[in-house]
Amino acid sequence: MSQGPQPQLPSGLKRFVASPAGRAFIALLLVLVVGVVFNADQAFFKIGTHRDTLRQASVYGILACGMTLVIISGGIDLAVGSVLALVAVCGAKMAIHWGWSGWLVIPASLVVGAAAGGVSGVVTARLRVQPFIATLAMMVLARGAAKYASGGMKVSTAVQNADGTYRYVDVPALFRAIDTRILGGNLSMVTVIFLFCVAIAWIALSKHCWGRYLYAIGGNEESSRLSGVPVLAAKTCAYVASGMFAAVAGLCQAAQEQQGDPEAGAGYELIAIAMVVIGGTSLMGGRGGIGLTLLGVLTIGYLDKILSINAVPEAGRLMLTGIIIVAAVLTQRRNRT
Amino acid sequence: MTGITKRFGEVTVLREVSFDVCPGEVHVLAGENGAGKSTLIKILAGIHTEFAGTLEFNGRPARPRSPLEANALGVAVIHQELSLIGLMSVADNIFLGRTPVRAGLVCDARQREEAAHWVRQLGLDLDVRRPVEQFPIAVQQLIEIAKALSQNARVIVMDEPTSALNAPDVEKLFALIQSLKQRGCGIVYISHKMEEIERIADRITVLRDGRWIGTTPAKNLPRAKFIEWMVGRDLGEQFPRRAPNPGSERLRVENFSVFPGGSSAKAAIRNASFSVRAGEILGIGGLQGSGGSELFFGLFGAYGGRTQGSVRLDGKEIHFTSPRQAIESGVAMLTNDRKATGLVLSLPIVANATLAALRELSSAGWRRPARERAAAEQTTQSLQLRAASLDAEVGTLSGGNQQKVAIAKWLQTRPRLLLLDEPTRGIDVAAKREIYQLMDRWTAEGIAILLISSEMPELLSLSDRIAVLHRGRITAGFTRAQATPEAVLAAAMGQDHFAANAEISNP
Repeated sequence: MSQGPQPQLPSGLKRFVASPAGRAFIALLLVLVVGVVFNADQAFFKIGTHRDTLRQASVYGILACGMTLVIISGGIDLAVGSVLALVAVCGAKMAIHWGWSGWLVIPASLVVGAAAGGVSGVVTARLRVQPFIATLAMMVLARGAAKYASGGMKVSTAVQNADGTYRYVDVPALFRAIDTRILGGNLSMVTVIFLFCVAIAWIALSKHCWGRYLYAIGGNEESSRLSGVPVLAAKTCAYVASGMFAAVAGLCQAAQEQQGDPEAGAGYELIAIAMVVIGGTSLMGGRGGIGLTLLGVLTIGYLDKILSINAVPEAGRLMLTGIIIVAAVLTQRRNRT
Repeated sequence: MTGITKRFGEVTVLREVSFDVCPGEVHVLAGENGAGKSTLIKILAGIHTEFAGTLEFNGRPARPRSPLEANALGVAVIHQELSLIGLMSVADNIFLGRTPVRAGLVCDARQREEAAHWVRQLGLDLDVRRPVEQFPIAVQQLIEIAKALSQNARVIVMDEPTSALNAPDVEKLFALIQSLKQRGCGIVYISHKMEEIERIADRITVLRDGRWIGTTPAKNLPRAKFIEWMVGRDLGEQFPRRAPNPGSERLRVENFSVFPGGSSAKAAIRNASFSVRAGEILGIGGLQGSGGSELFFGLFGAYGGRTQGSVRLDGKEIHFTSPRQAIESGVAMLTNDRKATGLVLSLPIVANATLAALRELSSAGWRRPARERAAAEQTTQSLQLRAASLDAEVGTLSGGNQQKVAIAKWLQTRPRLLLLDEPTRGIDVAAKREIYQLMDRWTAEGIAILLISSEMPELLSLSDRIAVLHRGRITAGFTRAQATPEAVLAAAMGQDHFAANAEISNP
């Protein structure tokens, strides 16, 4: 409307409620209110409940950080659950069986995750395979690699000797460091790691050119290419980053279980996607943010916790979660005029 | 339609507007972007259902509450972006939503027969079983009209129907409009192109800022008065173009060929040779699909270097393999479709305006938001962009303002050579004139411009020299004094004509 009347900006509160962040925040508030009302044994007022909620949501949350980057660029990464398992197995092998120090295990694990993400990225960005297909293939491939690396068994502290007997080794220092609590036992280390991942993703998205490029590519890839945006590199890096976040999640998972399970992380990618979407990041790409994902992680995390402290059986919990995901996304829908 | 008032929230977009269409007339609905034309049409088409005022069809009051009800009342709208489904057959598209069924099963044979009947009525001979996307855009538009006729439409609304058509197809469309008139159809015609309006309008209604300005027989409305009605003031000269003062040679292209699909495939541009000087506008004429856009993409490195021949920018031999390289060398390309290839509609103005120069505005990859904002503010102000805030999403802006954002993005890269592909497509008269003024200003600052335009007056009045393309080959070169509409059109149809002093050739 070049000379037509401009719509008036609504008041601050109204605008907040209408924004994706506002709606994600309201969804989280609703969940918390439910928690306060249905408060079996006053569990909701105990700090331990919140600590455990955050701890349980953290591994998913770390995956959701990488997923946010990929989804904003207009893609999707279905491989994160399998990459988590691959890194959990490799990390456990390195830390438990080979006795490597954490300073070696962490970078090596990140390289494994980055390599898996890099392959997904190159296949989607350069070879132009649809991200859904490319990462679906990587999901199967990484699961296979996890089983190959582990020989199909959990990599635990029971190490098989050459003569077939078992000896038990200590839980490695790295795993103990990750699976610890700080602040007088009130905050789990994995939650700190998760928040650290959120911070890194936030810096990448809002402080670096790369983040702006991801939004631009997700919004309109051809316009971005013609504006000189390095589309291939930016997209590939998004998958690499997602793979590296999956590696971090894999180490956390292995540390918590004190073993590397090749079956770990199955279905985690879908929970991570749900967390991103409930936050309000558009699956079409180009819109959203890591702050929204944080709200989504908390919403699903608390929802699950509240249902479990009220002794809702797992069957009911899953069904309710499904319904609530749809309801949340419906409220997120952009108003069309 | 009488006394139509429509509000979106606090904003009144239509105020007491009245509009009518008689059988057998072309009623042009005119006004700048944002004047309320599309809102009025959407009310007529049953898309907007909340409004004040009355609608009458054949004297009986009615109020369409959905597009389907509007169809039943005899209203068909052919939108600017066609609403056909590319992968479905012509017949399926014509009968979409009204598929003839027998015992719950689609009656394919009958649908084909009837579809073929309607298509023949328009003088088309095509296989209605083929998917729509296999036909050129002009034919697709006719298929839309066939669909409208098959719905027994009494009022057909055409929203900028010629924006994607070339000259011969426009002629065909106008002939068809004549025959639709003779059948007694009323046509509502929306267009920004003066020449078209003058040719086919029987009556004209002008809207401005949501108000009805006037309705009058077309012959009573001279062009100056018409423009005054639309913009509310006298615009003065339509094409401001000072005498050019060309400087040194900016771009020289010799034997340039472009292969969008790789060198084994067909060339979109063959052996083109031309040059443009600093401060000069070289117009590129030609029909739709003659290769102008491909020439730009090739020069800009957007085909990844799948080009042959020699290109010299300020005397330096160049061969761009990516848009990034072109941008860094001072070349900018405004594409002909700002929504599909120009802008990122989901991002705010400031992000779009700085996208092409983001790396230069950042330090070592780290963004400097304050610097970005200052830069975007400066360029958008110099373009007189009208927006509530730089944080507004570009998708919410009008066409003219969107185009200004796209231009702002390229000015930010401080170009030496501007490739402008249909810079005024789909924007209103006032915004067009502003862009003409800007082009004049840029050339005065020493920027060289290559201009593609399918609007003949625009091409003839702005270009200092004109090269005409026909199927990827340059068929003519004119200086401004030599170019006439007839000569340019003849060259666009394939007739060679090289004026001696135009410095354009195609051996």
